[in-house]
Amino acid sequence: MTHTAPTRTLVIEREVPHPPEKIWRALTQGPLIEEWLMKNDFQPVVGHRFNFRATPMPNWNGVVDCEVLVVEPNSRLSYSWASLGLQSVVAWTLTPTNGGTHVRMEQSGFRSEEDAYYKGAGYGWKGFIGKLEDVVARLN
Amino acid sequence: MQAATDNFFKALADPTRRAIFERLARDGEQTVHALTDHSGVSQPAVSKHLGVLKHAKLVRDRREGRETHYSARPEALAPLVDWMSRYGTFWRDRLDQLENLLKRTDP
Repeated sequence: MTHTAPTRTLVIEREVPHPPEKIWRALTQGPLIEEWLMKNDFQPVVGHRFNFRATPMPNWNGVVDCEVLVVEPNSRLSYSWASLGLQSVVAWTLTPTNGGTHVRMEQSGFRSEEDAYYKGAGYGWKGFIGKLEDVVARLN
Repeated sequence: MQAATDNFFKALADPTRRAIFERLARDGEQTVHALTDHSGVSQPAVSKHLGVLKHAKLVRDRREGRETHYSARPEALAPLVDWMSRYGTFWRDRLDQLENLLKRTDP
């Protein structure tokens, strides 16, 4: 399958009433990351490979494979994020505001060609896909 | 990849195979015997269905003694899953937790 199709990006933004330095600690200190995201062996060092680990469940070992891509203290943090067939990149951007910090989380690399491929297949797959998604949802 | 995708859709086009796959995805690893007990078809038929699912990389098998154990490979469904909407929910939930953490820790 070729990867020429454009990828989609998920963006979530929040205004948080705390300074960037404090948010940076929560994004980059392993024990703090674990409190809001997942167990991890993260180090804020470009090139460091690490895992996020969720509770394992049937058919998923709960592991996310990552590599640190960008570390700009109190400003930008990015790591690759690979799990269950998804290859993506997560990027955090912290921008100081009057009352605190603008937090931007961007996850890019969602491929769209599979969707297009599926939609163009011309089969009556719709109900069946829904069922499969239910199965996958129960796994999550 | 065209052939792989065709195999994938053909494998899941059959309702008995879908039922077998869903059972493996839901309940975890099973032997052919256990699957046969629940499928309402003969063991050779179940084995044949499992062969098709395996060829489509939807299941994997593992020999243990005289029994073969099968388990689902849900990652094979990746092309069908809307990862973006799932991760949207995931990150919003995690960011709520991040804000809670920030609230209860010192500056």
